[in-house]
Amino acid sequence: MNILVCISKAPDTTSKIAFTNGNTQFDENGVQYIVNPYDEWYALVRALELKEAQGGNVTIITVGTTADDAVIRKALAIGADDAIRIDAPATDAYFVAMQIAEYAKGKGFDLILTGKETIDYNGSQVAGMIAEALELPYISIATKLDVAGSTISCEREIVGGMQEVELQAPAVISCAKGMAEQRIPNMRGIMAARTKPLNVVAPAALEALTTFSTYSMPAAKSSVKLIDPNNLDELVALLHNEAKVI
Amino acid sequence: MNLVYINSANGLSKAALETVTYAKKLGADVAVVTNGNAAAELLATLGAYGASTVLQDAGVDGQDPSQLVKLVAAAASKVDASTIIFSHDLIGKAVAPRLSVRLKAGLVAGAVALPEADGSTKVNVFSGKAFGFVKVNSAVRIISLLPNSIQPEQTGGNCSTEAFDSQAGSSAITIKATKKPEGAIPLPEAELVVSAGRGLKGPENWGMVEDLAAALGAATACSRPVADIGWRPHHEHVGQTGVAIRPNLYIAAGISGAIQHLAGVNGSKVIVVINTDAEAPFFKAADYGIVGDAFEVLPRFTEAVKRFRAAQH
Ligand SMILES: Cc1cc2nc3c(=O)[nH]c(=O)nc-3n(C[C@H](O)[C@H](O)[C@H](O)COP(=O)(O)OP(=O)(O)OC[C@H]3O[C@@H](n4cnc5c(N)ncnc54)[C@H](O)[C@@H]3O)c2cc1C
Repeated sequence: MNILVCISKAPDTTSKIAFTNGNTQFDENGVQYIVNPYDEWYALVRALELKEAQGGNVTIITVGTTADDAVIRKALAIGADDAIRIDAPATDAYFVAMQIAEYAKGKGFDLILTGKETIDYNGSQVAGMIAEALELPYISIATKLDVAGSTISCEREIVGGMQEVELQAPAVISCAKGMAEQRIPNMRGIMAARTKPLNVVAPAALEALTTFSTYSMPAAKSSVKLIDPNNLDELVALLHNEAKVI
Repeated sequence: MNLVYINSANGLSKAALETVTYAKKLGADVAVVTNGNAAAELLATLGAYGASTVLQDAGVDGQDPSQLVKLVAAAASKVDASTIIFSHDLIGKAVAPRLSVRLKAGLVAGAVALPEADGSTKVNVFSGKAFGFVKVNSAVRIISLLPNSIQPEQTGGNCSTEAFDSQAGSSAITIKATKKPEGAIPLPEAELVVSAGRGLKGPENWGMVEDLAAALGAATACSRPVADIGWRPHHEHVGQTGVAIRPNLYIAAGISGAIQHLAGVNGSKVIVVINTDAEAPFFKAADYGIVGDAFEVLPRFTEAVKRFRAAQH
Protein backbone atom coordinates (compact mmCIF):
# COMPACT_ATOMS: atom_id res chain seq x y z
CA MET A 1 0.00 0.00 0.00
CA ASN A 2 1.34 3.41 -0.97
CA ILE A 3 0.33 6.25 1.28
CA LEU A 4 0.89 9.96 0.77
CA VAL A 5 0.74 11.99 3.99
CA CYS A 6 0.37 15.76 3.66
CA ILE A 7 2.36 17.62 6.29
CA SER A 8 2.22 21.27 7.24
CA LYS A 9 4.43 23.21 9.59
CA ALA A 10 2.65 25.06 12.39
CA PRO A 11 3.87 27.36 15.16
CA ASP A 12 4.46 25.59 18.46
CA THR A 13 1.27 25.74 20.55
CA THR A 14 2.93 27.98 23.16
CA SER A 15 4.05 30.57 20.57
CA LYS A 16 3.23 34.19 21.20
CA ILE A 17 0.92 35.25 18.38
CA ALA A 18 1.73 38.70 16.98
CA PHE A 19 1.71 40.47 13.61
CA THR A 20 4.04 42.90 11.82
CA ASN A 21 4.03 45.20 8.78
CA GLY A 22 0.87 47.02 9.79
CA ASN A 23 -0.79 43.79 10.92
CA THR A 24 -0.50 42.20 7.49
CA GLN A 25 2.02 39.47 8.37
CA PHE A 26 2.46 36.86 11.08
CA ASP A 27 5.46 37.80 13.21
CA GLU A 28 7.76 34.78 13.03
CA ASN A 29 10.25 36.33 15.43
CA GLY A 30 11.12 33.73 18.07
CA VAL A 31 8.50 31.29 16.80
CA GLN A 32 9.41 27.58 16.88
CA TYR A 33 7.82 25.48 14.17
CA ILE A 34 6.50 21.96 14.72
CA VAL A 35 4.79 19.46 12.46
CA ASN A 36 1.08 20.33 12.62
CA PRO A 37 -0.13 18.02 15.44
CA TYR A 38 -3.05 16.47 13.49
CA ASP A 39 -0.75 15.63 10.57
CA GLU A 40 1.88 14.09 12.82
CA TRP A 41 -0.04 12.42 15.64
CA TYR A 42 -2.85 10.92 13.57
CA ALA A 43 -2.26 10.93 9.78
CA LEU A 44 1.44 10.05 9.82
CA VAL A 45 1.36 7.58 12.70
CA ARG A 46 -1.68 5.72 11.30
CA ALA A 47 0.01 5.56 7.88
CA LEU A 48 3.10 4.03 9.53
CA GLU A 49 0.97 1.50 11.43
CA LEU A 50 -0.76 0.43 8.21
CA LYS A 51 2.59 0.09 6.46
CA GLU A 52 4.05 -1.92 9.34
CA ALA A 53 1.11 -4.32 9.23
CA GLN A 54 0.67 -4.60 5.48
CA GLY A 55 3.86 -3.41 3.79
CA GLY A 56 4.16 -0.53 1.33
CA ASN A 57 5.57 2.94 1.41
CA VAL A 58 4.83 6.15 3.28
CA THR A 59 5.73 9.37 1.49
CA ILE A 60 5.29 12.75 3.10
CA ILE A 61 4.65 15.88 1.09
CA THR A 62 4.65 19.55 1.95
CA VAL A 63 4.41 22.77 0.00
CA GLY A 64 7.04 25.13 1.36
CA THR A 65 10.51 26.61 1.24
CA THR A 66 13.88 25.42 2.57
CA ALA A 67 12.77 26.82 5.94
CA ASP A 68 10.40 23.83 6.14
CA ASP A 69 13.10 21.18 5.78
CA ALA A 70 13.44 20.89 9.58
CA VAL A 71 9.83 19.79 10.07
CA ILE A 72 10.18 17.43 7.11
CA ARG A 73 13.20 15.79 8.78
CA LYS A 74 11.17 15.45 11.97
CA ALA A 75 8.40 13.60 10.10
CA LEU A 76 11.04 11.38 8.47
CA ALA A 77 12.49 10.67 11.92
CA ILE A 78 9.11 9.37 13.06
CA GLY A 79 9.32 6.84 10.26
CA ALA A 80 8.19 8.08 6.83
CA ASP A 81 10.23 6.56 3.98
CA ASP A 82 10.75 9.60 1.80
CA ALA A 83 9.66 13.20 1.41
CA ILE A 84 8.58 15.58 -1.30
CA ARG A 85 8.77 19.34 -0.94
CA ILE A 86 7.02 21.39 -3.58
CA ASP A 87 9.30 24.40 -3.68
CA ALA A 88 6.98 27.38 -3.15
CA PRO A 89 5.63 29.40 -0.23
CA ALA A 90 2.23 28.06 0.84
CA THR A 91 0.08 31.02 -0.18
CA ASP A 92 -3.41 29.63 0.47
CA ALA A 93 -5.17 26.31 0.94
CA TYR A 94 -6.20 26.13 -2.72
CA PHE A 95 -2.64 26.69 -3.92
CA VAL A 96 -1.29 24.03 -1.53
CA ALA A 97 -3.98 21.48 -2.38
CA MET A 98 -3.65 21.95 -6.14
CA GLN A 99 0.15 21.59 -5.96
CA ILE A 100 -0.22 18.34 -4.03
CA ALA A 101 -2.93 17.06 -6.39
CA GLU A 102 -0.75 17.93 -9.36
CA TYR A 103 2.11 15.93 -7.87
CA ALA A 104 -0.03 12.95 -6.80
CA LYS A 105 -1.84 12.61 -10.12
CA GLY A 106 -1.10 9.28 -11.80
CA LYS A 107 1.33 8.13 -9.09
CA GLY A 108 -0.98 5.43 -7.80
CA PHE A 109 -1.27 6.37 -4.12
CA ASP A 110 -3.88 4.16 -2.40
CA LEU A 111 -4.46 6.66 0.38
CA ILE A 112 -3.85 10.38 0.70
CA LEU A 113 -3.99 11.45 4.35
CA THR A 114 -4.04 14.89 5.97
CA GLY A 115 -4.69 16.17 9.49
CA LYS A 116 -8.20 17.49 10.12
CA GLU A 117 -6.93 21.08 10.08
CA THR A 118 -3.79 23.09 10.79
CA ILE A 119 -3.59 24.82 14.13
CA ASP A 120 -2.58 28.14 12.53
CA TYR A 121 -5.14 28.84 9.80
CA ASN A 122 -7.67 26.20 10.92
CA GLY A 123 -9.31 26.01 7.50
CA SER A 124 -9.92 22.26 7.20
CA GLN A 125 -9.73 22.79 3.44
CA VAL A 126 -6.74 21.04 1.89
CA ALA A 127 -7.97 17.43 1.98
CA GLY A 128 -11.35 18.18 0.39
CA MET A 129 -9.67 20.26 -2.30
CA ILE A 130 -7.22 17.46 -3.18
CA ALA A 131 -10.11 15.00 -3.34
CA GLU A 132 -12.04 17.19 -5.75
CA ALA A 133 -9.01 17.89 -7.93
CA LEU A 134 -8.26 14.16 -8.21
CA GLU A 135 -11.96 13.18 -8.34
CA LEU A 136 -11.55 10.86 -5.36
CA PRO A 137 -13.97 10.02 -2.54
CA TYR A 138 -13.30 11.89 0.68
CA ILE A 139 -13.86 11.08 4.35
CA SER A 140 -13.64 14.24 6.40
CA ILE A 141 -12.55 14.08 10.06
CA ALA A 142 -12.03 10.35 10.47
CA THR A 143 -11.29 9.01 13.96
CA LYS A 144 -10.52 5.43 12.87
CA LEU A 145 -9.00 4.05 9.68
CA ASP A 146 -8.50 0.47 8.55
CA VAL A 147 -7.72 -1.04 5.18
CA ALA A 148 -8.39 -4.60 4.00
CA GLY A 149 -7.43 -5.18 0.37
CA SER A 150 -8.94 -2.23 -1.46
CA THR A 151 -11.71 -1.67 1.09
CA ILE A 152 -11.22 1.24 3.47
CA SER A 153 -13.25 1.35 6.68
CA CYS A 154 -13.43 4.52 8.70
CA GLU A 155 -15.21 6.00 11.62
CA ARG A 156 -16.04 9.64 10.99
CA GLU A 157 -17.56 12.45 12.99
CA ILE A 158 -21.02 13.54 11.89
CA VAL A 159 -23.19 16.31 13.32
CA GLY A 160 -24.19 15.00 16.77
CA GLY A 161 -22.45 11.62 16.60
CA MET A 162 -20.24 9.13 14.80
CA GLN A 163 -20.62 6.95 11.76
CA GLU A 164 -18.88 3.81 10.50
CA VAL A 165 -18.42 3.91 6.74
CA GLU A 166 -16.77 1.90 3.98
CA LEU A 167 -15.41 2.93 0.61
CA GLN A 168 -12.96 1.76 -2.03
CA ALA A 169 -9.38 2.94 -2.37
CA PRO A 170 -7.99 5.25 -3.60
CA ALA A 171 -9.41 7.91 -1.32
CA VAL A 172 -8.52 11.07 0.60
CA ILE A 173 -9.00 11.05 4.37
CA SER A 174 -8.54 13.81 6.94
CA CYS A 175 -7.46 12.41 10.29
CA ALA A 176 -8.38 13.33 13.86
CA LYS A 177 -7.96 12.14 17.41
CA GLY A 178 -8.77 8.49 18.09
CA MET A 179 -6.97 7.18 15.01
CA ALA A 180 -3.52 6.69 16.54
CA GLU A 181 -1.25 7.71 19.40
CA GLN A 182 1.57 10.22 19.15
CA ARG A 183 5.03 8.63 18.60
CA ILE A 184 8.21 10.18 19.92
CA PRO A 185 11.08 9.74 17.43
CA ASN A 186 14.03 7.74 18.80
CA MET A 187 17.73 8.34 18.17
CA ARG A 188 17.87 5.74 15.40
CA GLY A 189 14.97 7.40 13.63
CA ILE A 190 16.57 10.82 13.92
CA MET A 191 19.87 9.52 12.50
CA ALA A 192 18.14 7.65 9.66
CA ALA A 193 16.09 10.75 8.76
CA ARG A 194 19.24 12.61 7.76
CA THR A 195 19.87 10.34 4.81
CA LYS A 196 16.31 9.60 3.69
CA PRO A 197 15.40 11.08 0.30
CA LEU A 198 13.94 14.60 0.33
CA ASN A 199 12.99 15.43 -3.24
CA VAL A 200 12.45 19.08 -4.09
CA VAL A 201 9.95 19.52 -6.91
CA ALA A 202 9.28 22.71 -8.89
CA PRO A 203 5.75 24.06 -8.38
CA ALA A 204 3.07 24.05 -11.08
CA ALA A 205 1.99 27.46 -12.38
CA LEU A 206 -1.02 28.27 -10.19
CA GLU A 207 -2.64 31.27 -8.52
CA ALA A 208 -4.05 31.43 -5.00
CA LEU A 209 -7.79 32.15 -4.70
CA THR A 210 -7.64 33.96 -1.36
CA THR A 211 -5.34 36.27 0.60
CA PHE A 212 -5.26 37.43 4.21
CA SER A 213 -5.41 41.23 3.97
CA THR A 214 -4.94 41.97 7.69
CA TYR A 215 -4.98 40.41 11.14
CA SER A 216 -6.19 41.58 14.53
CA MET A 217 -6.05 40.45 18.14
CA PRO A 218 -9.13 39.84 20.30
CA ALA A 219 -10.02 42.62 22.76
CA ALA A 220 -8.55 42.03 26.21
CA LYS A 221 -10.98 40.72 28.83
CA SER A 222 -11.89 43.05 31.65
CA SER A 223 -10.95 41.57 35.01
CA VAL A 224 -12.83 38.63 36.46
CA LYS A 225 -15.75 39.15 38.85
CA LEU A 226 -15.32 36.81 41.82
CA ILE A 227 -18.40 35.16 43.28
CA ASP A 228 -18.75 33.69 46.78
CA PRO A 229 -18.75 29.86 46.46
CA ASN A 230 -21.66 29.79 48.91
CA ASN A 231 -23.78 32.14 46.84
CA LEU A 232 -24.49 30.43 43.54
CA ASP A 233 -27.87 32.16 43.30
CA GLU A 234 -25.95 35.39 42.78
CA LEU A 235 -23.99 33.85 39.89
CA VAL A 236 -27.17 32.55 38.25
CA ALA A 237 -28.78 35.99 38.63
CA LEU A 238 -25.73 37.66 37.04
CA LEU A 239 -25.71 35.20 34.16
CA HIS A 240 -29.36 36.04 33.57
CA ASN A 241 -29.53 39.79 34.21
CA GLU A 242 -26.02 41.04 33.45
CA ALA A 243 -24.48 38.59 30.97
CA LYS A 244 -27.88 37.63 29.51
CA VAL A 245 -26.72 34.16 28.53
CA ILE A 246 -29.33 32.10 30.42
CA MET B 1 -28.18 35.71 -5.99
CA ASN B 2 -26.83 34.21 -2.75
CA LEU B 3 -27.09 30.44 -2.46
CA VAL B 4 -27.17 28.61 0.86
CA TYR B 5 -26.61 24.87 1.25
CA ILE B 6 -28.41 23.29 4.18
CA ASN B 7 -28.88 19.69 5.23
CA SER B 8 -32.57 19.33 6.09
CA ALA B 9 -32.56 15.53 6.41
CA ASN B 10 -32.94 15.77 10.20
CA GLY B 11 -35.06 18.93 10.31
CA LEU B 12 -33.81 22.51 10.31
CA SER B 13 -30.89 23.03 12.68
CA LYS B 14 -30.07 26.35 14.27
CA ALA B 15 -26.89 26.36 12.16
CA ALA B 16 -29.07 26.17 9.03
CA LEU B 17 -31.16 29.16 10.14
CA GLU B 18 -27.95 31.09 10.89
CA THR B 19 -26.67 30.56 7.35
CA VAL B 20 -29.95 31.70 5.75
CA THR B 21 -29.97 34.80 8.00
CA TYR B 22 -26.35 35.49 7.04
CA ALA B 23 -27.11 35.20 3.32
CA LYS B 24 -30.07 37.57 3.71
CA LYS B 25 -27.89 40.13 5.49
CA LEU B 26 -25.40 40.01 2.62
CA GLY B 27 -28.03 41.81 0.57
CA ALA B 28 -29.06 39.91 -2.55
CA ASP B 29 -31.95 37.42 -2.91
CA VAL B 30 -31.45 34.10 -1.19
CA ALA B 31 -31.94 30.67 -2.71
CA VAL B 32 -31.49 27.53 -0.62
CA VAL B 33 -30.39 24.14 -1.92
CA THR B 34 -30.96 21.07 0.21
CA ASN B 35 -30.81 17.28 0.09
CA GLY B 36 -33.22 14.84 1.74
CA ASN B 37 -36.98 14.65 1.84
CA ALA B 38 -37.99 17.19 4.49
CA ALA B 39 -41.66 18.23 4.23
CA ALA B 40 -42.38 21.22 1.98
CA GLU B 41 -44.14 22.99 4.89
CA LEU B 42 -40.95 22.76 6.95
CA LEU B 43 -38.78 24.15 4.13
CA ALA B 44 -41.31 26.94 3.53
CA THR B 45 -40.54 28.26 7.02
CA LEU B 46 -37.12 29.35 5.67
CA GLY B 47 -39.02 32.19 3.97
CA ALA B 48 -39.28 33.94 7.32
CA TYR B 49 -35.46 34.02 7.53
CA GLY B 50 -35.06 35.52 4.08
CA ALA B 51 -35.07 32.65 1.56
CA SER B 52 -37.12 33.15 -1.60
CA THR B 53 -36.68 29.70 -3.19
CA VAL B 54 -35.71 26.25 -1.95
CA LEU B 55 -34.33 23.69 -4.39
CA GLN B 56 -34.77 20.22 -2.94
CA ASP B 57 -33.09 17.08 -4.26
CA ALA B 58 -34.74 14.24 -2.36
CA GLY B 59 -32.57 11.74 -4.26
CA VAL B 60 -29.38 12.77 -2.44
CA ASP B 61 -29.12 11.50 1.14
CA GLY B 62 -26.26 13.82 2.13
CA GLN B 63 -23.74 11.18 3.22
CA ASP B 64 -21.17 11.59 0.43
CA PRO B 65 -19.47 14.97 -0.05
CA SER B 66 -18.70 14.11 -3.68
CA GLN B 67 -22.47 13.97 -4.35
CA LEU B 68 -23.21 17.06 -2.30
CA VAL B 69 -20.64 19.08 -4.23
CA LYS B 70 -22.41 18.21 -7.47
CA LEU B 71 -25.75 19.15 -5.93
CA VAL B 72 -24.52 22.57 -4.81
CA ALA B 73 -22.63 23.22 -8.06
CA ALA B 74 -25.75 22.42 -10.12
CA ALA B 75 -27.84 24.76 -7.96
CA ALA B 76 -25.19 27.49 -8.17
CA SER B 77 -25.28 27.35 -11.93
CA LYS B 78 -29.11 27.30 -12.01
CA VAL B 79 -29.52 30.41 -9.84
CA ASP B 80 -26.31 32.08 -11.06
CA ALA B 81 -24.96 32.38 -7.53
CA SER B 82 -22.28 34.94 -6.73
CA THR B 83 -21.88 33.93 -3.07
CA ILE B 84 -22.42 30.42 -1.73
CA ILE B 85 -22.82 29.89 2.01
CA PHE B 86 -22.33 26.77 4.13
CA SER B 87 -22.31 26.23 7.85
CA HIS B 88 -18.71 25.50 8.94
CA ASP B 89 -20.01 22.26 10.49
CA LEU B 90 -18.98 18.71 9.68
CA ILE B 91 -20.81 18.75 6.33
CA GLY B 92 -19.63 22.22 5.33
CA LYS B 93 -16.01 21.31 6.13
CA ALA B 94 -16.30 18.30 3.82
CA VAL B 95 -18.16 19.92 0.93
CA ALA B 96 -17.13 23.60 0.72
CA PRO B 97 -13.45 22.86 -0.14
CA ARG B 98 -14.55 20.48 -2.91
CA LEU B 99 -16.83 23.17 -4.28
CA SER B 100 -14.01 25.71 -4.18
CA VAL B 101 -11.98 23.56 -6.58
CA ARG B 102 -14.96 22.63 -8.74
CA LEU B 103 -15.99 26.27 -9.27
CA LYS B 104 -12.51 27.75 -8.88
CA ALA B 105 -14.10 30.02 -6.28
CA GLY B 106 -12.19 31.23 -3.21
CA LEU B 107 -13.34 29.85 0.15
CA VAL B 108 -13.54 31.81 3.39
CA ALA B 109 -13.47 28.95 5.88
CA GLY B 110 -15.02 29.59 9.28
CA ALA B 111 -16.29 33.17 8.95
CA VAL B 112 -17.29 34.72 12.28
CA ALA B 113 -18.94 37.90 10.94
CA LEU B 114 -20.44 39.54 7.87
CA PRO B 115 -17.91 40.87 5.31
CA GLU B 116 -16.23 44.20 6.05
CA ALA B 117 -16.64 47.29 3.86
CA ASP B 118 -13.45 46.38 1.94
CA GLY B 119 -14.90 42.97 1.05
CA SER B 120 -12.72 40.95 3.41
CA THR B 121 -14.29 38.53 5.88
CA LYS B 122 -13.20 37.88 9.46
CA VAL B 123 -12.19 34.35 10.51
CA ASN B 124 -10.51 32.86 13.58
CA VAL B 125 -6.83 32.05 13.11
CA PHE B 126 -4.30 30.42 15.42
CA SER B 127 -7.15 28.49 17.02
CA GLY B 128 -8.91 31.61 18.21
CA LYS B 129 -5.80 33.41 19.46
CA ALA B 130 -6.24 36.02 16.68
CA PHE B 131 -8.47 37.04 13.77
CA GLY B 132 -7.62 37.19 10.09
CA PHE B 133 -9.44 39.04 7.31
CA VAL B 134 -9.72 36.96 4.13
CA LYS B 135 -10.08 38.47 0.67
CA VAL B 136 -11.37 36.33 -2.17
CA ASN B 137 -9.73 36.94 -5.55
CA SER B 138 -12.31 35.08 -7.68
CA ALA B 139 -15.64 36.35 -9.07
CA VAL B 140 -17.65 33.77 -7.12
CA ARG B 141 -16.95 33.39 -3.40
CA ILE B 142 -17.78 30.66 -0.91
CA ILE B 143 -18.19 31.38 2.80
CA SER B 144 -18.57 28.77 5.51
CA LEU B 145 -20.00 30.32 8.67
CA LEU B 146 -18.81 29.20 12.09
CA PRO B 147 -21.84 28.09 14.16
CA ASN B 148 -23.00 30.59 16.82
CA SER B 149 -21.43 33.56 15.03
CA ILE B 150 -24.75 35.28 14.31
CA GLN B 151 -28.27 34.70 15.61
CA PRO B 152 -31.08 33.50 13.32
CA GLU B 153 -33.40 36.42 12.57
CA GLN B 154 -36.93 36.33 11.20
CA THR B 155 -37.61 39.17 8.82
CA GLY B 156 -40.85 37.77 7.38
CA GLY B 157 -41.38 36.58 3.83
CA ASN B 158 -42.49 33.61 1.82
CA CYS B 159 -40.63 31.06 -0.17
CA SER B 160 -41.47 28.39 -2.67
CA THR B 161 -40.03 24.87 -2.77
CA GLU B 162 -39.09 23.27 -6.02
CA ALA B 163 -38.04 19.66 -6.69
CA PHE B 164 -34.53 19.72 -8.15
CA ASP B 165 -32.82 16.82 -9.90
CA SER B 166 -29.14 17.69 -9.61
CA GLN B 167 -27.81 14.55 -11.36
CA ALA B 168 -25.45 14.07 -8.44
CA GLY B 169 -24.76 10.42 -9.26
CA SER B 170 -24.46 7.63 -6.73
CA SER B 171 -22.74 7.60 -3.35
CA ALA B 172 -19.23 6.12 -3.11
CA ILE B 173 -19.61 5.71 0.64
CA THR B 174 -21.45 2.83 2.33
CA ILE B 175 -22.86 3.55 5.78
CA LYS B 176 -22.29 0.64 8.17
CA ALA B 177 -23.54 2.14 11.42
CA THR B 178 -24.57 5.49 12.84
CA LYS B 179 -24.23 6.35 16.52
CA LYS B 180 -26.04 9.44 17.74
CA PRO B 181 -26.34 9.62 21.51
CA GLU B 182 -29.99 10.32 22.43
CA GLY B 183 -30.67 13.93 23.32
CA ALA B 184 -26.99 14.94 23.25
CA ILE B 185 -26.38 18.50 22.02
CA PRO B 186 -23.65 18.67 19.33
CA LEU B 187 -20.77 20.54 20.93
CA PRO B 188 -19.87 22.97 18.11
CA GLU B 189 -23.47 24.20 17.91
CA ALA B 190 -24.18 24.35 21.64
CA GLU B 191 -24.98 27.77 23.11
CA LEU B 192 -24.19 26.64 26.65
CA VAL B 193 -21.30 24.32 27.52
CA VAL B 194 -20.23 22.80 30.84
CA SER B 195 -16.65 21.55 30.75
CA ALA B 196 -14.39 19.88 33.28
CA GLY B 197 -10.76 18.89 33.60
CA ARG B 198 -8.35 16.83 35.59
CA GLY B 199 -9.49 18.60 38.77
CA LEU B 200 -12.54 16.30 38.77
CA LYS B 201 -10.18 13.44 39.73
CA GLY B 202 -11.94 10.60 37.89
CA PRO B 203 -14.66 9.65 35.41
CA GLU B 204 -16.94 8.52 38.25
CA ASN B 205 -17.34 12.18 39.26
CA TRP B 206 -18.78 13.40 35.95
CA GLY B 207 -22.36 13.03 37.25
CA MET B 208 -21.97 16.52 38.76
CA VAL B 209 -20.99 17.93 35.38
CA GLU B 210 -23.83 16.17 33.57
CA ASP B 211 -26.36 17.30 36.19
CA LEU B 212 -25.41 20.94 35.74
CA ALA B 213 -25.46 20.53 31.95
CA ALA B 214 -28.91 18.92 32.11
CA ALA B 215 -30.26 21.69 34.35
CA LEU B 216 -28.99 24.35 31.92
CA GLY B 217 -29.70 22.46 28.70
CA ALA B 218 -25.97 22.57 27.94
CA ALA B 219 -23.53 20.30 26.11
CA THR B 220 -20.60 18.75 27.99
CA ALA B 221 -16.92 19.13 27.13
CA CYS B 222 -13.53 18.38 28.69
CA SER B 223 -9.83 19.23 28.63
CA ARG B 224 -7.38 17.20 26.59
CA PRO B 225 -5.80 15.04 29.33
CA VAL B 226 -9.29 13.96 30.40
CA ALA B 227 -9.98 12.62 26.89
CA ASP B 228 -6.46 11.20 26.56
CA ILE B 229 -6.80 9.05 29.67
CA GLY B 230 -10.23 7.91 28.55
CA TRP B 231 -12.36 9.53 31.24
CA ARG B 232 -14.44 11.15 28.51
CA PRO B 233 -14.92 10.53 24.75
CA HIS B 234 -12.53 12.22 22.31
CA HIS B 235 -15.24 14.31 20.67
CA GLU B 236 -15.65 16.25 23.94
CA HIS B 237 -12.02 17.43 23.92
CA VAL B 238 -11.95 21.19 23.36
CA GLY B 239 -8.93 23.38 22.73
CA GLN B 240 -6.27 24.02 20.15
CA THR B 241 -5.97 20.35 19.23
CA GLY B 242 -9.61 19.50 19.89
CA VAL B 243 -12.91 21.14 18.99
CA ALA B 244 -12.91 24.94 18.86
CA ILE B 245 -16.13 26.33 20.26
CA ARG B 246 -17.70 29.76 20.79
CA PRO B 247 -20.79 29.24 22.92
CA ASN B 248 -22.62 32.05 24.72
CA LEU B 249 -21.62 30.52 28.05
CA TYR B 250 -18.61 28.29 28.84
CA ILE B 251 -18.35 26.93 32.37
CA ALA B 252 -14.97 25.37 33.21
CA ALA B 253 -14.54 23.36 36.42
CA GLY B 254 -11.18 21.95 37.49
CA ILE B 255 -9.41 23.14 34.34
CA SER B 256 -6.17 25.11 34.79
CA GLY B 257 -6.54 27.21 31.63
CA ALA B 258 -3.39 26.24 29.71
CA ILE B 259 -2.75 28.28 26.56
CA GLN B 260 -3.74 25.33 24.34
CA HIS B 261 -7.04 24.93 26.16
CA LEU B 262 -7.86 28.65 26.04
CA ALA B 263 -7.16 28.74 22.31
CA GLY B 264 -10.23 26.63 21.58
CA VAL B 265 -12.65 28.33 23.97
CA ASN B 266 -11.75 32.02 24.22
CA GLY B 267 -14.29 32.90 21.54
CA SER B 268 -16.97 32.12 24.14
CA LYS B 269 -19.10 35.14 24.97
CA VAL B 270 -19.05 34.57 28.74
CA ILE B 271 -16.66 32.33 30.69
CA VAL B 272 -17.23 31.05 34.24
CA VAL B 273 -14.28 29.40 35.95
CA ILE B 274 -14.46 27.18 39.04
CA ASN B 275 -11.05 26.28 40.49
CA THR B 276 -9.60 25.65 43.96
CA ASP B 277 -6.44 27.53 42.99
CA ALA B 278 -6.94 31.31 42.94
CA GLU B 279 -3.76 31.55 40.85
CA ALA B 280 -5.04 29.28 38.05
CA PRO B 281 -4.35 31.04 34.71
CA PHE B 282 -7.95 30.47 33.60
CA PHE B 283 -9.17 33.26 35.92
CA LYS B 284 -7.40 35.79 33.66
CA ALA B 285 -9.64 34.74 30.79
CA ALA B 286 -12.82 34.49 32.87
CA ASP B 287 -15.77 36.85 33.26
CA TYR B 288 -16.97 35.25 36.49
CA GLY B 289 -14.79 33.20 38.82
CA ILE B 290 -15.40 31.03 41.83
CA VAL B 291 -12.40 30.08 43.92
CA GLY B 292 -13.70 26.85 45.39
CA ASP B 293 -13.96 23.10 45.25
CA ALA B 294 -15.83 21.86 42.17
CA PHE B 295 -17.15 18.95 44.24
CA GLU B 296 -19.10 21.44 46.37
CA VAL B 297 -19.70 24.22 43.85
CA LEU B 298 -21.09 22.18 40.95
CA PRO B 299 -23.99 20.59 42.92
CA ARG B 300 -24.83 23.99 44.43
CA PHE B 301 -24.69 25.58 40.99
CA THR B 302 -27.10 22.92 39.70
CA GLU B 303 -29.53 23.58 42.55
CA ALA B 304 -29.35 27.34 41.96
CA VAL B 305 -30.10 26.84 38.24
CA LYS B 306 -33.07 24.61 39.11
CA ARG B 307 -34.43 27.24 41.53
CA PHE B 308 -34.02 29.91 38.85
CA ARG B 309 -35.76 27.80 36.18
CA ALA B 310 -38.61 26.94 38.59
CA ALA B 311 -39.10 30.62 39.42
CA GLN B 312 -39.27 31.47 35.69
CA HIS B 313 -42.25 29.17 35.11
C1 LIG C 1 0.78 20.43 21.47
C2 LIG C 1 -0.20 20.51 22.61
C3 LIG C 1 -1.55 20.62 22.33
C4 LIG C 1 -2.48 20.68 23.38
N1 LIG C 1 -3.81 20.81 23.07
C5 LIG C 1 -4.72 20.91 24.09
C6 LIG C 1 -6.12 21.08 23.81
O1 LIG C 1 -6.55 21.13 22.66
N2 LIG C 1 -6.97 21.17 24.85
C7 LIG C 1 -6.57 21.10 26.17
O2 LIG C 1 -7.41 21.17 27.07
N3 LIG C 1 -5.25 20.93 26.45
C8 LIG C 1 -4.33 20.83 25.45
N4 LIG C 1 -3.01 20.63 25.76
C9 LIG C 1 -2.66 20.37 27.17
C10 LIG C 1 -2.54 21.61 28.03
O3 LIG C 1 -1.24 22.12 27.91
C11 LIG C 1 -2.83 21.28 29.51
O4 LIG C 1 -1.93 20.28 29.93
C12 LIG C 1 -4.24 20.79 29.77
O5 LIG C 1 -5.20 21.67 29.21
C13 LIG C 1 -4.49 20.67 31.25
O6 LIG C 1 -5.72 20.06 31.51
P1 LIG C 1 -6.49 20.32 32.88
O7 LIG C 1 -6.67 21.76 33.07
O8 LIG C 1 -7.71 19.46 32.88
O9 LIG C 1 -5.51 19.68 33.96
P2 LIG C 1 -4.48 20.36 34.97
O10 LIG C 1 -3.56 21.29 34.28
O11 LIG C 1 -3.94 19.26 35.76
O12 LIG C 1 -5.39 21.28 35.85
C14 LIG C 1 -6.31 20.81 36.79
C15 LIG C 1 -6.91 22.03 37.47
O13 LIG C 1 -7.93 21.60 38.37
C16 LIG C 1 -7.83 22.37 39.56
N5 LIG C 1 -8.46 21.56 40.61
C17 LIG C 1 -7.96 20.47 41.24
N6 LIG C 1 -8.87 19.99 42.11
C18 LIG C 1 -9.96 20.77 42.01
C19 LIG C 1 -11.22 20.79 42.67
N7 LIG C 1 -11.55 19.87 43.57
N8 LIG C 1 -12.10 21.76 42.33
C20 LIG C 1 -11.78 22.69 41.42
N9 LIG C 1 -10.62 22.73 40.77
C21 LIG C 1 -9.70 21.78 41.07
C22 LIG C 1 -6.36 22.61 39.74
O14 LIG C 1 -6.16 23.77 40.55
C23 LIG C 1 -5.90 22.82 38.29
O15 LIG C 1 -5.99 24.19 37.93
C24 LIG C 1 -2.05 20.60 24.73
C25 LIG C 1 -0.68 20.49 25.01
C26 LIG C 1 0.23 20.46 23.97
C27 LIG C 1 1.70 20.37 24.31
